[in-house]
Amino acid sequence: MKKHISFLLALALCLSLSGCGTVPPSGTSGSGSSTSSGDTEDSMPTTPGKTPNIPTAQLSDQLTGTLKLGTIGPLTGGAALYGTSVANAASIAVQEINTFSEQFQIELSSQDDEHDAEKSVNAYNVLKDWGAQIIVGSSTSTPCAAVAAEAYADRMFMLTPSASSPDVNKGKDNVFQVCFSDPNMGVAPAHFIAENFPDARISMIYNNADSYSSGVAQAFITETEKLGLDILSITTFPDDNTIDFSVQLSKAMSKGTDLLFLPIYYTPASLIMHQADAMGYDSTIIGVDGMDGILGLKGFDTSLAEGVIMLTPFSASAGDPATVQFVEAYRAKFKEIPSQFAADSYDAVYILYAALSYYAEANGGLDVTNLTYPELCELLIDVFTDSDFSVDGLTGMGMTWNATGEVNKLPSTVVIKNGTYVGI
Amino acid sequence: MKKINAHSLNGFVNYGLVLVFFAVFQTLSSMGMLSNSFSGQLIPICAYIVMALSLNLVVGISGELSLGHAGFMSVGAFTGVIVSTLLQHAAAPTPFRLGLAMVIGAIFAGLAGVMIGIPVLRLQGDYLAIVTLAFGEIIRNVLNCIYLGLDSTGLHFSMRSAAAMGLEEDGITIVNGPMGAVGVEKISTFLAGCLLIVVVLFVIQNMVNSRSGRAISAIRDNRIAAEACGLNITKYKMMAFVTSAAMAGAAGALYALNFSTVIPKKFDFNTSILILVFVVLGGIGNLRGSMLAAAVLTVLPELLRGFEDFRMLVYAVVLILVMVIGNNTQAKALLHRCSGLFRKSHPKEGLDCEQ
Repeated sequence: MKKHISFLLALALCLSLSGCGTVPPSGTSGSGSSTSSGDTEDSMPTTPGKTPNIPTAQLSDQLTGTLKLGTIGPLTGGAALYGTSVANAASIAVQEINTFSEQFQIELSSQDDEHDAEKSVNAYNVLKDWGAQIIVGSSTSTPCAAVAAEAYADRMFMLTPSASSPDVNKGKDNVFQVCFSDPNMGVAPAHFIAENFPDARISMIYNNADSYSSGVAQAFITETEKLGLDILSITTFPDDNTIDFSVQLSKAMSKGTDLLFLPIYYTPASLIMHQADAMGYDSTIIGVDGMDGILGLKGFDTSLAEGVIMLTPFSASAGDPATVQFVEAYRAKFKEIPSQFAADSYDAVYILYAALSYYAEANGGLDVTNLTYPELCELLIDVFTDSDFSVDGLTGMGMTWNATGEVNKLPSTVVIKNGTYVGI
Repeated sequence: MKKINAHSLNGFVNYGLVLVFFAVFQTLSSMGMLSNSFSGQLIPICAYIVMALSLNLVVGISGELSLGHAGFMSVGAFTGVIVSTLLQHAAAPTPFRLGLAMVIGAIFAGLAGVMIGIPVLRLQGDYLAIVTLAFGEIIRNVLNCIYLGLDSTGLHFSMRSAAAMGLEEDGITIVNGPMGAVGVEKISTFLAGCLLIVVVLFVIQNMVNSRSGRAISAIRDNRIAAEACGLNITKYKMMAFVTSAAMAGAAGALYALNFSTVIPKKFDFNTSILILVFVVLGGIGNLRGSMLAAAVLTVLPELLRGFEDFRMLVYAVVLILVMVIGNNTQAKALLHRCSGLFRKSHPKEGLDCEQ
């Protein structure tokens, strides 16, 4: 039965994909991938696969109209994997919602920002011209901080799937996060190490030119000091294009460290693992959510990542039905295992759906078609800061938000075994 | 006498172009006929035009290849942000703050230009290019290590970490190392951008047509002959280099104060090259060309969004086509007939500094 469902789902996705490819989006000033409403309604009238990945009790049939949703993220350049994951997963969520709900439809446009603040603001403006009512983005921190300032001035509601810097929502009441903020991401590994590796000789390598990496690293340093742990070797590198880590690894090795904390993105992490292996430096590697995606890196020998521990809110190999359904849909459509960025983005779309449903249910109906973005913004702020509003998603159960825009949920720990993520 | 008139005429055409550019887009914008996408790019366009003009002074007029121009832009950008934030707390009026931020940004970038120019300008050609490249990266890496905060007791500075500054609870971090300056108040205006272009044009055009400008060009054309004539090579080279750096600093301040966040990484080697591309594509030594190239190449990637993932490929193809066509005599002749705007009086001259 399951096979049939996934086959149907795959078929529907393929059909919709080709639909996207052949009909260029019209009337928009250059949109990325556009999933127009009602793509799959004819091809898939009643399949169990269209049940959305969220308890249906949280959804409302009082919600009607067509919502224009924009995502921003790097689709090209060095950080392309993040933006692509976000755009892909959002398209899957939109697809599912459009199939599930007849009276509520979402139109999606995904714009590229090349992981650059200036380009991200441009992408945001392009989406505004297109008529976007809510933004899911930006995918990375620095661009997101720039866009958030624009969105705050414009009163556009923003839910960023993966921009983790606290600068993103600091002082802005309309910007919310699905992922953990960097300080929280740095605190969790410190506690994890204190509990599980109390005698470890710790070293750390981070990218001091990257706001995400240094944000997590600084929080980690502060927290380890509090917990009485010593970091014996802290080394940095200046750029994600750095290819030689022998100096950093030699220092970690000469200090006799056996635990390497890498709060960095997956590209340099893959090189570090490779070079550590070549140097014969054997240590437990602990990463955070930025390292997620390393197994999908082209040309990377996944055996090098064997035993790597990652603190990330999402694991693609988790056995719960929601994750399984999402991973299968993502695999069928994009031929790869979804990363945490994808899960965050998928959740973001459903969170918005749930939030609008919540409002519709409480106020006896909501038609989003003609709502302007400032109207939607005020409405959504009220819902998100409502203490009764919580969402179960792939990246956490019972997610709630505080007024600063940070999410409350628990991170889970996974370890890489036989080329996949396994929960601990 | 006639020659001088041609110079000033050319100069006035450039001022006129900026004026028309401002008038057209300001009108369109106030009538609400400009898309968000385009109006959001107006100030970056102004900043890039100034960058291209200032680099043209070094590459075109002084004839030295500089690959670290974005470094001076970043000095101006961060100085501008700091000045603006400090004045914000002193409750100074916005236009005054913006103006002062650009001026002090220019001064600091100029100082960086002096510091770098003294060792660098002893070199020539490829060596100079490589060393400027290195200095651009050095500036960026130094900025990555700078932490600056403000609280009731005054300014705090550290080269280690934000926590090491020991700020009070209510203190604000102005520059946060690699995370750059965040929460910058956006005060740049299109008017200020256009005024900056006019000022920069005024400085460059008058400099080029002055005694010093002729000396700079003479050094470019034949260094030994110029030296034999008794020209102080280092002095004139420094003059062009430092002026250029200062103008890049002002552009940096304008650019940074248009975004709520600015990071040192933005001003890396790629940005330096981008600006060099503006200059080369617009015509080395051709001021109007660099203005046009900067504007067009800033907007182009946005116009190519319809190509989705292939847009940067298309962008590259467009660049190559422009280069090829620009060097093809037949294509040039065709362009010559098609448009008077791109006409050059002597196509054989490689360096056309009259414009």
